[in-house]
Amino acid sequence: MTTNQGVAASESAAIEKKARERETVLVPAVDIFEDAHQITVQAEMPGVSKDKLNVQADRNGLLIEGDMEIDMSTGMAALYADLQTTRYRRSFVLSGELETERIEASLKDGLLTVRIPKRVEFRTRKIKVNVP
Amino acid sequence: MFENYFGGLDTDLFEQFRRLESEMGQLFGHSPWPAGIRAVQRGTFPPINVGATPERVDVYLFAAGLDARKLDLSIQQNLLSVSGSRRIEANENAEYYRRERYDGDFRRVITLPDDVDPERVDARYRDGVLQITIQRREATRPRQITVS
Repeated sequence: MTTNQGVAASESAAIEKKARERETVLVPAVDIFEDAHQITVQAEMPGVSKDKLNVQADRNGLLIEGDMEIDMSTGMAALYADLQTTRYRRSFVLSGELETERIEASLKDGLLTVRIPKRVEFRTRKIKVNVP
Repeated sequence: MFENYFGGLDTDLFEQFRRLESEMGQLFGHSPWPAGIRAVQRGTFPPINVGATPERVDVYLFAAGLDARKLDLSIQQNLLSVSGSRRIEANENAEYYRRERYDGDFRRVITLPDDVDPERVDARYRDGVLQITIQRREATRPRQITVS
């Protein structure tokens, strides 16, 4: 009985995963830049508030996800829509020199800023060239 | 949430056709809607949605990180125009890998239904979305007629 339930659960999880992959999402526009100490990702997610935002990072990747919440009156009909879905999602592959456990994220006016520090031993050092 | 409003505009029968049309549209860069004369190409900043009820029309502009006080909003009859600028200060000491965020001036003109009242407009900016609400004139609202 328990095995059956297990199979059913994994099946429904697979279906859910499939549905998630097929679901259309908004891909937030990003700026990504690197300085001596960190990599910064700035992603545009208008309509997303702090509690609807999900930023996840592990050794391999960074996932940015959020749901837009818009104030709309009931019975509203669309006259025009550039955006036809409310979920943002985008992910990036990270490399090992980044300290994902010390990642910092902030959100202001729909602009998400994620800072990922580099491990100390990987920070850029200026190399002085000695000219004899 | 607003898939209900902006996603499923048609009934099921037309939905599939619309989806096909929209996929074709994405391939060829056309909108699934009949193009309005002021419609712009895909990817124009900022994207907008417009929704309506019999009482009001709501325009949503999706523009993160704006200084809302510097926006220039004007309405003439049923033409709403929004212009402004968003400058992104580049970090001089950094190396850029991606620069997708829009940097510069923008202007969008939206044709509203004919019965909007340009005297009763309200705008607010929250979480990067500018919402402009325009009330419609009473006389044109649908009225319930009782049969005696």
